[in-house]
Amino acid sequence: MNVLVVKEEDYLSMVMAECYLLLSRFAAIRAALLIQRWYRQYVARLEMRRRCTWNIFQSIEYAGEQDQIKLYNFFGFLMDHFTPASSERNLISHIFRKNEICRDTEWERYFCYKSIEVTDSYTGPHLTFPMTFCGVSKLVEAFKHKQQLHARYVLQLLGETWRLLRILPNISQVTACNKQITICGDLHGHLEDLLLIFYKNGLPSSEKPYVFNGDFVDRGKNSVEILLILFGFLLVYPNDVHLNRGNHEDHIVNLRYGFTKEVLGKYRVHGKKILKLLQNIFSWLPLATVIDNKVLIVHGGISDTTDLDTIARVDRHKYVSALRPPKLTHDAVNGSKTMNNRNRETRGPVDGRRRVCSLSYQSWAPDHSHDLPRRSLHNASVSSQLKWSVEEELKRRRRLAGFDQSYGELKKSDSDSFTESETTETDEWKQIVDVLWSDPMPQNGCIPNEVRGGGCYWGPDVTEEVLGRNNLQLLIRSHECKQDGYEFCHNRRVLTIFSASNYYEVGSNRGAYIRMGPDLVPHFIQYQASTTCRELTLRQSVGWTESSALRALKEQLFVHKSDLISAFQEFDPNNKGVISLRHWASTTERVLNLGLPWRVLRPQLVSSTQCGMVDYQQWIRELSITEPKLEISDNSILETMYKNHANLETIFRIIDTDHSGLISFKEFHQTWELLSSHLKTEISAKAITDLAQSIDFNKDGSIDINEFMEAFRLVDISAHT
Amino acid sequence: MAEAVVSDVHKKIRAVFEAFDNESNNTVDVREIGTIIYSLGCFPTQADLHDLIAEVEKDHTGYIYLDNFLPVMTKVLLEHKFPPIPEDLLLQAFEVLDKEKKGYLEPEELTKYMTQEGELFSQEEMDEMLTALADRDNNVLYYKDLISQLTIDPDM
Repeated sequence: MNVLVVKEEDYLSMVMAECYLLLSRFAAIRAALLIQRWYRQYVARLEMRRRCTWNIFQSIEYAGEQDQIKLYNFFGFLMDHFTPASSERNLISHIFRKNEICRDTEWERYFCYKSIEVTDSYTGPHLTFPMTFCGVSKLVEAFKHKQQLHARYVLQLLGETWRLLRILPNISQVTACNKQITICGDLHGHLEDLLLIFYKNGLPSSEKPYVFNGDFVDRGKNSVEILLILFGFLLVYPNDVHLNRGNHEDHIVNLRYGFTKEVLGKYRVHGKKILKLLQNIFSWLPLATVIDNKVLIVHGGISDTTDLDTIARVDRHKYVSALRPPKLTHDAVNGSKTMNNRNRETRGPVDGRRRVCSLSYQSWAPDHSHDLPRRSLHNASVSSQLKWSVEEELKRRRRLAGFDQSYGELKKSDSDSFTESETTETDEWKQIVDVLWSDPMPQNGCIPNEVRGGGCYWGPDVTEEVLGRNNLQLLIRSHECKQDGYEFCHNRRVLTIFSASNYYEVGSNRGAYIRMGPDLVPHFIQYQASTTCRELTLRQSVGWTESSALRALKEQLFVHKSDLISAFQEFDPNNKGVISLRHWASTTERVLNLGLPWRVLRPQLVSSTQCGMVDYQQWIRELSITEPKLEISDNSILETMYKNHANLETIFRIIDTDHSGLISFKEFHQTWELLSSHLKTEISAKAITDLAQSIDFNKDGSIDINEFMEAFRLVDISAHT
Repeated sequence: MAEAVVSDVHKKIRAVFEAFDNESNNTVDVREIGTIIYSLGCFPTQADLHDLIAEVEKDHTGYIYLDNFLPVMTKVLLEHKFPPIPEDLLLQAFEVLDKEKKGYLEPEELTKYMTQEGELFSQEEMDEMLTALADRDNNVLYYKDLISQLTIDPDM
């Protein structure tokens, strides 16, 4: 009996224990569920913020590109409308003198480096020619240690590159049959990324072919170094290193996005000469690469008129800048056309299109013989794989032999008559612009790319059509920053590859490159070059990029201050200083036109709201993120200045013909007059004089562009306090 | 008045939806819908999410249409279906896992619960959580601090 009782007690306590265990397990599950829910929500919120940050950067970047093209068109407008005698025309005419193409002998003279002494005090690398693998490796090492290459060697290397590029076809044919090929996208002066790719993947060699898909320069700090390394490898392995031209391999674009400034800063004496040579070299870069007749690689993309036959045939070096068609005289005939109208006409979907149906892909590509003829430096038959007309072949050979025929042709087209060659040139020009500037879009069709202001947007149907027509299976392009460094679209038939990591800001995106074997299936390798961002947690990195995106956005808001205020006032008839959130969001979008989710961004932009109302006057006051460094009485000129900061700097650089970094007092005035006619606003001569006088010119009558622009850079006061 | 509230909720939903509508055609990838719902200040469980997706993704195309999503989500928001988790409850939850009442959790402890109980974390999610939340110096999670740091106003 006793035993039994004990047993029962035992049993009870056992049950109790079980129950307790079960209960605590249940509590643990509940706790886990709660924490999981909470954490997932937190991650989603971060993702949302990351998404917004991305949108901000992208919108602002593309708005900038649009400005650039608008500005360029503006100069075109002036060129077409002003009489040759007017001073404005003289000021800017040099950028349209596309006939920088002079005779080869003149260029050879230009390349002449022999008079430049390398003194004993020079500690950088020494180069010998012809270039060798050792030589380029030495160069890479030197750049890794932040050394600079002597101007003499730079000129010599560029000269060699120019000679080589001139005999390359517009479309490089390569094979991945017996060796893997590596494909890199935009580098944009990010030397760190290029070095990381070389470290992970190995240096280019005959065993390790590379395709670099354009945009080597601008934005980053080391465009010069990247170019010299790429050109160096191209010289050593002309059959295994392939460079495609990007939209930034264009001297007009370089004026704005930093490359011009970088070269002039690094080569104070010979910078001007180097720039001139690069202008020419860029125009000689091949436009596309095709792997095994199946994979097309171009920088931007295609359009519904893209015709590989035409692209294979164009005299690519005529397009020193791809931003403007070679000739626009017929537009000038009708003086009433506005800039915008013309914009639409020159790259509109309907006008000026000539649909050239290629007979077949085979007409420009070699047939499926697997042994492609190796390119050779001294073999003039490079182009024989492209079956052109005899006439064209002759023309090309003549040019190679130094009899430049195109010079005469261009002179002819300078006349005012509307000739046949002009139409062809405009068509050719469009082919090139589309290849360099276009972006894919999800919808079917093909429309002008108004966001970037150049090239077009093409849809999946265009991809199908163009790839199908040419018997291709994949289009690889770059040109757009992607968070993961690569992205498929159009049913996996278009692949974007972008190799500059941390493009917008530390932590904003990864870079990637592609490796491809005989099966032509792309494999991706991703990376992030900065050490700082690897140490950041997800939250810190989102926070970091986010705050810099918001700073950039606040700058944009700030420069549109007056426009915003007057737009807000429309919804505030009684002048109470407040408007509804709805009006705030719609108005801000209307003024800035950036396509951003303003309601989502509101908590980060507007510190407080009351009953769904925004105190916009208070908000605008808070946006005053900058303090003018100079005392200027005229506020409107200040705002114009900030709003057009980049435009103004570009005009200065265009006007600074000799790249001295200095412009005269008179040119300073003329710049402002140009800007004000561009903006269709009046800026009084007195205001400009005041502005000039507020800067302490050292009485020599010239203005240092760099210092002047620096004085007006927007500075976030809050970041310094 | 009620109408104004509804229209405001609509705008809020649209704004978030648009941030994920990459093709600007009033659709989003079904895999983004969780992020959208969470970003609207909701705290559903995975099971809740699945039910909701089943309700709005009618044709299994992998895309969610704004037209389907808007009425369902409006109802969710107006009825406060997935309210925020109160901080004290969250604290209690962490304390349940912190059996020795240390005031912090070792990564191993947390990993055990998160990947074996409840709506399991994938290895990727777990790694991310630990890198994001563990203290830099001694690699443990001071949950009390984290709660106040990470739980911000649900309005956002």
